[in-house]
Amino acid sequence: MAQVAEKLQPWLAALGERPRGGSRWLQDLRDHAASRFVELGFPSVRDEEWRFTNVAPIASSEFRIAQAATLNADDLETFLYAGARFRVVLVNGRYSPELSRTAGLPAGFRFGSLAAAAVEQADVVGRYLGKVAEPDHRAFAALNTAFTHDGAYVHVPDGVVLEHPLQIMYVSVAEGAPSMSHPRTLIVAGDNSQLQIVETYVSRAGHKHFTNAVTEIVAGENAVLDHYKVEEESVDAFHIASMHIHTARNANVSTHAFTLGGRFVRNDIIAVLDGDGSECTLNGLYLADGDRLVDTHTTIDHAKPHCPSHEIYKGILGGRARAVFNGKIIVRPDAQKTNAKQTNRALLLSDNATINTKPQLEIFADDVKCTHGAAIGQLDEDALFYLRTRGLTFFEARDMLIHAFAGEILERVKIEPLKRALEDELYAQLAKDLAEVDAA
Amino acid sequence: MLDIKNLQVRAEGKQILNGIDLHVKAGEVHAIMGPNGSGKSTLARALAGHPEYEVTDGTVTYEGRDLLGMDPDERAREGVFMAFQYPVEIAGVTNAYFLKAALNAQRKHHGLEELDAIEFLQLSKEKAKLLNIDQSMLNRAVNEGFSGGEKKRNEIFQMALLEPKLAILDETDSGLDIDALQVVSKGVNALRSPDRAIIVVTHYQRLLNYIVPDFVHVLSGGRIVKSGGKELALELEQRGYGWIDADRADAASNADRSLSAAGRSA
Repeated sequence: MAQVAEKLQPWLAALGERPRGGSRWLQDLRDHAASRFVELGFPSVRDEEWRFTNVAPIASSEFRIAQAATLNADDLETFLYAGARFRVVLVNGRYSPELSRTAGLPAGFRFGSLAAAAVEQADVVGRYLGKVAEPDHRAFAALNTAFTHDGAYVHVPDGVVLEHPLQIMYVSVAEGAPSMSHPRTLIVAGDNSQLQIVETYVSRAGHKHFTNAVTEIVAGENAVLDHYKVEEESVDAFHIASMHIHTARNANVSTHAFTLGGRFVRNDIIAVLDGDGSECTLNGLYLADGDRLVDTHTTIDHAKPHCPSHEIYKGILGGRARAVFNGKIIVRPDAQKTNAKQTNRALLLSDNATINTKPQLEIFADDVKCTHGAAIGQLDEDALFYLRTRGLTFFEARDMLIHAFAGEILERVKIEPLKRALEDELYAQLAKDLAEVDAA
Repeated sequence: MLDIKNLQVRAEGKQILNGIDLHVKAGEVHAIMGPNGSGKSTLARALAGHPEYEVTDGTVTYEGRDLLGMDPDERAREGVFMAFQYPVEIAGVTNAYFLKAALNAQRKHHGLEELDAIEFLQLSKEKAKLLNIDQSMLNRAVNEGFSGGEKKRNEIFQMALLEPKLAILDETDSGLDIDALQVVSKGVNALRSPDRAIIVVTHYQRLLNYIVPDFVHVLSGGRIVKSGGKELALELEQRGYGWIDADRADAASNADRSLSAAGRSA
C-alpha cells in the first residue's frame, strides 16, 4: 500500500491542481472520482482487463497539466480532416471558439463546449455526465472525471435529423515537457434523431503527451447515430480512452474506430443495449508498427431482448508492434433473441509483431445466437500465388491483398471525405512500413 | 513453343515427377490424362511456378527461354496461363479490379497502352457475353462465395481476357455439370488458334468430347507412359487406367524410353 501511495505521489500532486468551481453537482462528481482514483490506483497486469498491457510507462511518468495553447486555422488543416461543415475544436482540452464552426445548426441543436453546457444546460448534462461512464471501477475514467472541465457537447433534440456530419477535434500541443489532458465528450441523441459524428484526436509528430479521454453516448428511442473515432496522435503519445454507449428502445448506434497514431493506445468501448430492439455495430481498424501498442477492449452488454450487435475489428501489425483485442459479449437473462456476431482479424507483416486476442462470451439467456471468430496470420500464400499467376508482381499482389484486408472496414465509412482521408493516411503509412519490411 | 525435358519435381517432401518429356507446338492441343496421384496437377503447377513445387532436374524451354528461371508473374506476363483446379477466393478484391490490374500488367509488359476503366468494361462485357457469363460476376469479390462451377467459369473468363499463348487447364472439368462443361469448352475452343497452345489436364475423357485434342498423353508414376492421338482417350474411357500400368510392368524400361520418345514427337 505504501508502495502504491508512493507511486501515485506525482498524480496526487496533479490532482491537487485539478479544475474547481462550477455547479455543486459537478464539483461533487470530480471529488468523488478523484477519491475513487486514489482508492483504485493504476491497474496492474494482475488485473484481468490489463493482463497484456502494462501501464507503468504512464504511471511512472510525470505529465504536467496541459496549458492553454493557440493554434491557427492553417495548422488545423494539416490534420486529418473529415470535411465536416460543423466542427468543435479543443486545444489542450479547451474549447476554441476561433477554430470551431457551429453557425447554422438547427434550432435547439447544441454543439459546442461542455464547460459552457454544464452551466447553460445543467439539467441535461447533469443527468448523463458521469452516469453512462461511471467512474467507480475504472481508474482512467475516474482520473478523467476528476479532471473534467471542458470538452465537447452534442445535444440533438428529439426528431432532428442532421444532414451534415459533425467533427470534434481534440488537438494536443506539447512542445516542451510531456503534458496531459483529459478530454470529455458527451453526446445526447434525442428520440428519433439522427446524426453522424467524427471524433478525432491529433497532435504533431514529436509531441509527447498523455490523452486520457472519456466519451459518453446516450441514444434515445429510435435514434440513429453513426460515430467515428480517429486516433491520429503523434507516435510519442499515450492515449487511453473509454467510450460508453447507452441505447434506448430501437436505437441504432454504430461506431468505427480507426487507430493510425499513438505510441501506446488503449481503447475501451462499452455498449449497453438497454432498450428492446436496439442495435449496435462496432467496427475497427488499426495499424501498428515500430514499437507501438494498440489495445482494444470492447464490451457489448445485451440487457434487453431482440438486440442485434455486429462487431468486426481488423489490425495490421509490423515491426515489433503489439496488439491486444478482447471482445466481451454479455447476454443478460432477459435478453432473449439476442443476435451477436464478433469477428477479429489481424495481419502480421513482420515476425516480431504480436497480438493477444480473446473473445469472451457471458451468456445468461437461452434463446440467443452468438458467433465469434478470430484469425491471425500472414498474407495468404495461395492468394498471393494466384494473383501472381495472372501477371501481378509480388509487390502488386501483396499491396492488393493488404488493401483488400483494410478495405473491408474502410468501405463501411459512410462519410466520403473521411473515407478518402483515412485511406490516404493508411496507405501512406503502409507504404512506409512495407518498404521497411522489404529492406530488412 | 514448349519443350519439357526430363522434368523432375518434388512437393511436400515427395518426388512426384520422375522425368517428363513433352514437346508442344503452337496451334496444338495436348491432353494430359492419368489416374489420381499420377502427377498431372503437379506438372501444371510446376509450369505455373508454384513455390511449393521444387524442380529437382530437367529443363523447360518456353518460346526459346528458360521458363523455370522466370517468376510466376513473369511467366504470366509472357503469356502462360494456368486455370486452377481449386481457384482461390480473395475477399475484398472485385473481379473487375483484379482483372483490369492483371490485364494492364501484361499490356505494360508488352509496351502496350493500359486500358482505362471504360475500355476494360467494354472488353470484359464482350468476353462475358461470349462465354454466357453473368456480368454481375465482375463486381463480385474474386471467387468469394462462388459455386464450384462459377469458379471454373471465372477461370475461363480470365483466360479469355488475358488471351494467353500457352493455356494450361488443371482439371477444369472436375465437378462440372454438363452446362458448365459446355461453357468451359466453348471458352477454350474460342481460344484455339495457330499461334496458341493448350494443355488440358483431366481425369475424365468426357471433356475431350468437347475439346478435341491433337495429342493425348497418359501420366503414371510421374512419367508419361503412353502417348497417342485422340483415340487414346477413348480407349482409356473404355478400359480405365489399369491396363496402362499392366502394360508398363510388362514392357519395362525399353518401352518407357520409346513412349517418352513418342511424347516428344507429339
